[in-house]
Amino acid sequence: MKKILMPVVAVALLALIPYVGVEYAGLSYLFGVVIPYFAALVLVAGFLFRMVDWLRRPVPFNIVSTTGQEKSLDWIRQDRIESPSKPWHAAIRVLSEVLLFRSLFRNNRAELRKGPDLTYGSHKWLWLGGLAFHWSLLVIVLRHSRFFFLEPGPFFQFLEQADGFLDVTVPAFFMTDALVLAAITFLVLRRIGDAKMRLLSLQTDYFPLFLITGIVVAGIAMRYFAKIDVMPVKDLALGYMKFSFSAPGEIGSLFYVHLFLICVLAVYFPFSKLVHMGAIFISPTRAQLNNSREKRHKNPWNKPIKFRTYAEYEDEYREKMKKANIPVEKE
Amino acid sequence: MSKYLPKQSELVKEFEEKPSVLKGDYAGREWWEMPFEFREGNFCFPAKPEVIKDLGFPNPRKWLPTDDDWKLPDGWQKILKDAMKERLKKYRSLKLYLDSCVRCGACADKCHFFLGTGDPKNMPVLRAELVRSVYRNDFPMVEKILKGFAGARKLDEKVLREWYMYFYQCTECRRCSVFCPMGIDTAEITIMVREILQLVGLNNNWILAPVSNCNRTGNHLGIEPHTFVQNIESLVDDIEDVTGVKVNPTFNRKGAEILFITPSGDVFGDPGVYTMMGYLLLFHHIGLDYTISTYASEGGNFGFFTSNDMMKKLNAKMYHEAKRLGVKWILGGECGHMWRVVHQYMDTMNGPADFLEEPVSPVTGTKFTNARATKMVHIAEFTADLIKNGKLRLDPKRNDHLRTTFHDSCNVARGMGMFEEPRYILNKVCNSFHEMPENTIREQTFCCGSGSGINAEEYMEMRMKGGFPRANAVRHVREKHKVDSLVTICAIDRASLPPLMRYWNPGVSVYGLHELVGNALVMEGEKKRTEDLREEPMAGFEDGEEDED
Repeated sequence: MKKILMPVVAVALLALIPYVGVEYAGLSYLFGVVIPYFAALVLVAGFLFRMVDWLRRPVPFNIVSTTGQEKSLDWIRQDRIESPSKPWHAAIRVLSEVLLFRSLFRNNRAELRKGPDLTYGSHKWLWLGGLAFHWSLLVIVLRHSRFFFLEPGPFFQFLEQADGFLDVTVPAFFMTDALVLAAITFLVLRRIGDAKMRLLSLQTDYFPLFLITGIVVAGIAMRYFAKIDVMPVKDLALGYMKFSFSAPGEIGSLFYVHLFLICVLAVYFPFSKLVHMGAIFISPTRAQLNNSREKRHKNPWNKPIKFRTYAEYEDEYREKMKKANIPVEKE
Repeated sequence: MSKYLPKQSELVKEFEEKPSVLKGDYAGREWWEMPFEFREGNFCFPAKPEVIKDLGFPNPRKWLPTDDDWKLPDGWQKILKDAMKERLKKYRSLKLYLDSCVRCGACADKCHFFLGTGDPKNMPVLRAELVRSVYRNDFPMVEKILKGFAGARKLDEKVLREWYMYFYQCTECRRCSVFCPMGIDTAEITIMVREILQLVGLNNNWILAPVSNCNRTGNHLGIEPHTFVQNIESLVDDIEDVTGVKVNPTFNRKGAEILFITPSGDVFGDPGVYTMMGYLLLFHHIGLDYTISTYASEGGNFGFFTSNDMMKKLNAKMYHEAKRLGVKWILGGECGHMWRVVHQYMDTMNGPADFLEEPVSPVTGTKFTNARATKMVHIAEFTADLIKNGKLRLDPKRNDHLRTTFHDSCNVARGMGMFEEPRYILNKVCNSFHEMPENTIREQTFCCGSGSGINAEEYMEMRMKGGFPRANAVRHVREKHKVDSLVTICAIDRASLPPLMRYWNPGVSVYGLHELVGNALVMEGEKKRTEDLREEPMAGFEDGEEDED
C-alpha cells in the first residue's frame, strides 16, 4: 500500500505548493512565468538529450524481432509488417505500434487450470485502456492550442467541436475529460487488482498516473465548476508564445495548481519512464529490417579476432586425418 | 529418470497447491523481498576450472552455487559495473531497454519459465528489473535523484546471486518481446548479464565445455575429425540397410559447389542422427555437389550464450573454411540458435563474404536473393524450393505411421521469421499434420525449456517446468488429434524435447523435419521399403503387401 499512498501524498503536496504560493504569498509571477519557462526548457532540453543520448549509441547488430514470415522464396507470402524488408514496411510497423499499440493488441491471459492445464484467453483490456488514455491525452493537449494561438486552425476547431459534440454542460462537455479519467482509473485498478501487477508496479508507475489525474481534475474544476475567467489565461498563454515575461493578470489559484502540476510533469518527463514516448520510435527490435542475410549490417566497433584457423587444426589432427582418408593441405 | 527430477505427480501437486502469482497471492510483499534458494535441480554446474583456463576466462575455481562462499574475485562490483557501463555504450538496445519499460505487465505471463514455476522473478519485466534496480542506483543517471522512489538497490552479493539464478532461467527465446509495446527484448538483457557474469567467474559448464570443444575440434561434442567421419559413415551404412541405397558424402573436399554445415548433434545424438540421414538421402536424391567439413563441423554456436567475442570466434570458422575449400555458398542444417547467429550476426561479425557467390539452387536454378550477402541458405528454404519445383519424388504415405505436429523453434521463429517453409515441406511429406493451439505456435511459440545452453542433466527439474507450456500444448493435440510425433527444426529441440515428452506426454516421439523428408523420398535403386529411418515399421508397407508405388 505504501507504494500507492506515497505518490498520492506526493501529488497532493505538489498541488498545495502553488495554491499556498499564489493565494497567500502572492507568488503568481513565479508560478505563472518563471516556473513554466523553466519546465518547458527542461522538457525540451531533457527530452532532446535523452533522444540524442540513445541515438549516439551504436546498434551493432540487426536484432529485429520477426513476428511474421520472412521474405524468402517468391511464392511464399512475406508478412511485410511483421517481418519488414523495406524501410516503409518498418515505418508502418513502428507507426502501428505508436498509433494503434499493435503489439498490445496481441495480448492474452494465461491461466493455469487443474490438470494441470494452461489456457490462453484473449485479453484486450490493457490495449483498450492504454489507447483510451494516450489518445485522450493527445486530444486534450491539442485542444489546448486554442489558448496559445489567436486563431487556431480549422483542424483544432474541428477537434474541439468533435470532442464537445455531446454538449450536455455549459461550457460544452469534453468527452476526453471523462475518458482520460476513466482510463486512468482502469490503469490504476489493474495495477492494484492483479497479483502480478501489484508485485511488478513501483511508485514511479503510480506517480505519473496520479499526477495526470491531478492535472485533469484541476482542469475540469476550472472549466465546469470554478469557471475561471479564460481571458487572462489566454493572454498568459499568448505571452508564452512570444517569450514575453510580463506578469500574468488576475487568475484564480486553481489555475496555478493546474499549471504547476503540468510543470512538474514536464520536468519529470525526460528523467522517467515517460521517455518511452521517444523510445518507441527507435526500438531496434521493431524499427530494423529483417534483411540481415540480404544486406550486410555494419557494426562500428567490430574488430578482427583471433580464432583457431584451419592450419592450426590440421597441425593437431593431421595424422588422424590422413589415416581416415580426409584430405589435408600439408602431407 | 534423472535423480535431479521430481516425480511427475509431485510436480503436478506443486503446480496445483503451491501458491504462485499465476493464481495465488503474495499479499503485501515486494518482489525484492522474496527469498530464493539454490538447491539440487535448479542450477547448472559451474564450468570446470580446466575449461575456464583453456578459454582464458577469469576466475577459474571449484565451486557450487549452494556454497556459502562463491570465491568471487576482489573488487567484483567494480568489474561488473565497468563491464555494464562499457556495454551500455556499445549497445543502444541495452540502454534503451533499461530506460523505457513502463511496467505495463503485458509480458508478465508470456514467459515459459514463469508459467512453469509461478516464480514472480521469472516475469520478464521483473527479470529485467533485477538489473534495472541496480542500474538506477549505480549508473550515472539522472534518475539517481529519485532513488528510493524509483525502486533502486545496491549491487550486493544477494543481487548477484539473484542474477546468476534468474538469467539462467531465461532461454533468450524472445517470446516476451513479441507482446511488449516497446519491443523490449529480454534476450538482449540476458545476453549482456550472462556476458558480464563470465567476468567474475559465474558460468555454466554445459555452455563452456562445448565452447572449448568447438574451439579446438570444430564442434561442441568434441568429436575429432576421424571419429566425425566414422560416425557419418556408420549412418551411411544404416541408410543402406534401410533403403538399399548407398549415399556418398565427402569430407573437406576442395572445389565442391556447396559446403553443408549442421549442428554436431545431428551427427552424434539420437534422434538427430535420423535427421542427418534425411539430409544425406536428400542430397543423394538430387545429386548435389556438396561437402561436409570436419573443421567447421558445428552449426550451433554456444559462444552466443557466452560473449560476443566468443560467438564471433567460433562462427569465424564457417567463412574461413568456405574460403579454403573454394565452395560457392553454404547450406545450413536444422538448428535454432545457429540460425539466429547466421541470420542476424554472421555477416556483421565475420563478413563480408565476397569470396562466395550469391546462392543459386543447382537443381532448380532458384536464386536465394534473401541470402545474397550472407551466402548461407537454410535447408528448409532449399528443400521447399525443390518440392515446389517438383524435383523430389516423395511418397507421403511412408509417414502414415506418424501423426505429426510442428514445434516452431524460438530463434528460427522470432529471430529469422521462417514459418511457412517447414510447414510446406511437412505437408508434402506426411498426411497427418495438426497445429497446436494458436497462442503456442509461430511467433508465439513456446521454448522447449532448455534453450540457450541450459540443456544440462542436473537442471532437469527446471527444464521440465520451463518446458511445461510447450508440453501442455502438445498434450492438447495429442488428446484431440492423437498426435504422436513432434516435428522440429532445431538440434537443441531434438535433444531436449524427448525427455520433456517422456515426462509430460509419454508416447510422443520427436523428429527432425528432414528425417520425415528422408522417410518419404523415393530413391532411385532403392529396395522395397518397410521401415522408416529408425527401422520402425511403416504403416501399410508391411512385408507381403503390395506397395502401390
